[in-house]
Amino acid sequence: MNAIQKTKNATNAFAKNWANFVIKFKWPVLLLTILLAMGLGSQGKMEFDGDYHVFFSESNPELEAFDALQEKYTKDDNIIIVLAPKNGNVFTRNNLIAIEELTADAWNTPYSSRVDAVTNFQHTSANEDDLYVDDLSYNSATKTDAEILEIKEKALKEPLLVHRIINKEGSVTAINVTVRLPGENSAAEIPEVTIATREMISKFQEKHAEFDVYTTGLVPLNTAFFESSQKDLMLTVLMLLIVVVVTLVLTRNIFATIATLFVVLFSIMSAVGFIGLNGIKLTPPSAVFPTMILTLAVADSIHILITYLQKVRKDGLEKKEALVESMRLNFMPVFITSLTTVIGFLTLNYGDVPPFWDLGNIVAFGMCMAFLFSTTTLPALMAIFPIWKSKKVKEQKDGKLGWYTNLGMFVVRQPVKLTVISIVVIGLLTFLARKNVFNDEFVEYFDTTVQFRQDSDFINENLTGFYNVEFSIGSGESGGINDPRYLQKLNEFEDWLEDQPEVVHVNAFSEVARRVNRSMHGDNESFYKVPENREEAAQYLLLYELSLPFGLDLNNQINVDKSESRVTVTLENNSSAEMIAFAERSENWLKDNAPESMHALAVSPTLMFSKLGFRQADSMFKGNIIALILISLVLMIALRNFKLGLLSIIPNVAPVLVGFGLWYLLKGTINTGMVIVFGMTLGIIVDDTVHFMSKFLRARRELGYDAKAAIIYAFETVGKALVTTTVVLLAGFIVLSTSSFALNSYMARITVIIIIAALIIDFILLPSLLILVSKEKEEPVRKSKMQVQLDK
Amino acid sequence: MKKIKFFTSITALILAISGINAQSNEERGLQIAKAAEKADEGFGSSIVDLKMTLKNKNGQTSERFLTTRTLELTTDGDKSLIVFESPKDVKGTATLTFTHKIGTDDQWLYLPSIKRVKRISSNNKSGPFVGSEFAYEDLSSQEIEKYAYKFIKEEGDFLVVEQDPVDPKSGYTRRMVTYNQNKGYRLEKIEFYDRKNALLKTLTYSDYKLYKNKFWRAATFTMVNHQSNKETLLKFGEYNFGAELAEEDFTEVALKRAGS
Repeated sequence: MNAIQKTKNATNAFAKNWANFVIKFKWPVLLLTILLAMGLGSQGKMEFDGDYHVFFSESNPELEAFDALQEKYTKDDNIIIVLAPKNGNVFTRNNLIAIEELTADAWNTPYSSRVDAVTNFQHTSANEDDLYVDDLSYNSATKTDAEILEIKEKALKEPLLVHRIINKEGSVTAINVTVRLPGENSAAEIPEVTIATREMISKFQEKHAEFDVYTTGLVPLNTAFFESSQKDLMLTVLMLLIVVVVTLVLTRNIFATIATLFVVLFSIMSAVGFIGLNGIKLTPPSAVFPTMILTLAVADSIHILITYLQKVRKDGLEKKEALVESMRLNFMPVFITSLTTVIGFLTLNYGDVPPFWDLGNIVAFGMCMAFLFSTTTLPALMAIFPIWKSKKVKEQKDGKLGWYTNLGMFVVRQPVKLTVISIVVIGLLTFLARKNVFNDEFVEYFDTTVQFRQDSDFINENLTGFYNVEFSIGSGESGGINDPRYLQKLNEFEDWLEDQPEVVHVNAFSEVARRVNRSMHGDNESFYKVPENREEAAQYLLLYELSLPFGLDLNNQINVDKSESRVTVTLENNSSAEMIAFAERSENWLKDNAPESMHALAVSPTLMFSKLGFRQADSMFKGNIIALILISLVLMIALRNFKLGLLSIIPNVAPVLVGFGLWYLLKGTINTGMVIVFGMTLGIIVDDTVHFMSKFLRARRELGYDAKAAIIYAFETVGKALVTTTVVLLAGFIVLSTSSFALNSYMARITVIIIIAALIIDFILLPSLLILVSKEKEEPVRKSKMQVQLDK
Repeated sequence: MKKIKFFTSITALILAISGINAQSNEERGLQIAKAAEKADEGFGSSIVDLKMTLKNKNGQTSERFLTTRTLELTTDGDKSLIVFESPKDVKGTATLTFTHKIGTDDQWLYLPSIKRVKRISSNNKSGPFVGSEFAYEDLSSQEIEKYAYKFIKEEGDFLVVEQDPVDPKSGYTRRMVTYNQNKGYRLEKIEFYDRKNALLKTLTYSDYKLYKNKFWRAATFTMVNHQSNKETLLKFGEYNFGAELAEEDFTEVALKRAGS
């Protein structure tokens, strides 16, 4: 007890000296902190990266496999422009003319290498030994009605077009623009392509109101990422307003509000400087950092300000005295809560998704700075600002405190019952929490207010799928793709894929082999099969190569030494679990039915996202454990009590379990963004526990209260403060939950649930447990030896 | 008012000068192209072996060996017969092409595996030639009528002429062609600009050799695609101008014979 008292006095003295120093040198301190914030801010640079690759770390095996595939074949990104003529028929003269026009325009897209439309499809027909290769519809203005009908028939029979460029009914068609981004600066290249595409489309729509136009593809996906980052960054403004209102309401003091604004803005400026200095490019998950910093930093200031104003208003202290007293009382709690928050955010680095590393580091840095500014700029400013004491604030002591006292009495009366109920509820929800399934469908990352999502949904329903899976199927030898055995097996695989319910379209080299074989036999349908000898196949391939149009070469489908070919499967929108199951089913088919050289891994961005949640969860597991250990240690040291530190794990972990349990009832699917909430919220909700337990201990140790009285004391002293910080946190995360980007909005929504759950648990379960544990203490027989030893 | 008048007269003058220049540049461009054609006139026919090396962005390569026979025609475009010597499984595959000054070229293909000649009717000139970075239109004989010309600049021996393809199906908006006026107007370099007028490829001719004291033939063609970072290298062997090929060496029968 003596030692404890000593350290306590030491920290008190430190906080006092700190406060006296800051108040004495208020102007230099203010100036220095302004210089620091400005200095860091001047290094700030906010750049955005919309490339979906940012979600995958370099060591991600799915990304490695996908990159390996892209190295073997042509690496392309695309924009799919979908045209739905209002008359419901693509094949009219005017519509075809319009499509030709837009196709011609699309060739002007920056970095474009190829434009595919129904009109410029290279159609091959054979008449005995004459082969005709031509655009399906060139110069459509000159076509007769009969010719247009013929074009329609050809198009709707063409496996390369149906479900890719045209739907079965011939009512919706696509223009696929392939772009080859140099990849030197995706932050500049993607907007360049997007601006050009949008301009082209809006011009087209002006001229051709008879079409509905939709856009999707990898470039629009990247754009959507890019734009949701910017949009989420704008949430900061809303949060700033909320901060002003909340601070005004809670402090009823304009100067306090101004001082708070200074602290939070300085913290954000510093964070922006951190981003610039580290060359971080913002992505949707990391772009929410200002709102997070605002939310978390404002709590520090409010604690200090409320105590300060209380000391002035109620206790009638002088300005300086009140400030020093407030600093003395709040320095340690603010330090500890900042520390746990920083630990929580830093553990995001354990995950496998780089944007969350950035988020964790930026917010952690911002919180360190927020602590610094709250304990320097804030008291300095308050020392400079005048304080108006004249206005007597009405005391609402009885009503308010009574409420928290009543709550305390209620808990104290039935700790066992409440503990049992809580544990049953928590247990049930924990059981449910395990039933959540991962779903990272990147189209569904965007809610239905986002144009990209609306367009992709339309395209998915009416034309083709946006999700795909690719295989690079080897033959085991150079030139081996012409081996009839390889072709035959590839053909079987293609057929098997076509039979799968989720498959929309399959693009395999065996189809090319069949098609050319048929052309070489005067379009005789009975030759729509793979060639039977190797020379034939090789020579047909040469012929096919000779017929490819501008911007296309075999390398799209075949590797350089012709030992492997690529199979691209287009799928309906599927959940992550279904995607993974499909990939495994396909891989197993190859294992069971094809020679070893043909075994292949399924890869694609879709699949990478599907596995992202699992990968993140696995890698975050370690981080979460470390966060829990570190934060529990901090608590033990702060409370100077091992047992209570250990006990605190229950109210700190339970809210997350409850949150995910309730989430299962609300939604049932979770995404990568939500994996981080354990570490993140742990650092935040632990504050409630710290405050409550420290007041409880104070009542026991200093005031000599028994457990029940100490609980009521804790309710009376910190009940309101806990509700206040919870309200501020809720405001911040509710703002974030309005994000149109699911990684952010889901994360924010579950955080809202967790924060509420944390408060309830801290008000019901924690006090009940404290009473029960203290009871045990009075019966030495039950104490385990272990605990006694550790308790020392 | 005076000022405005002054400016208008200056503008008019500039316009007039540039107008004159534009006209003379176009004429001069055409003159150069004609001079180049004339300088190469009269070679009659040639046979040459060549090795085509395709290189992708990662440096992986694949090779093909071909033999090309060319017959010079003055009334119409040249005729050419290309035979694939390797890889083994396409050995003997051969193409016969009649270039036409105006309109679509004629093309036949012989496939030894099925021992048949196929006539291919295609106006697809912009497509790649057997997976290389060369398009058909880059390799087929360069007839004057296929482009509109504009002289750009003169740098020592080098003359740069812009050539705009007449055919709307061409993959290019323009080509910047460098001639060497002191070496029989031989080609030194061509830069190709794609449909969006971005630099697509550069073709460099090197290791020139003078045959019969008149005909410059480059032994190396290097085509670099700046957008895909792929490369195609053509290495020519010794040209044979003495074979005295005739029309009957460029028929379907000859095509079949050449392949087997």
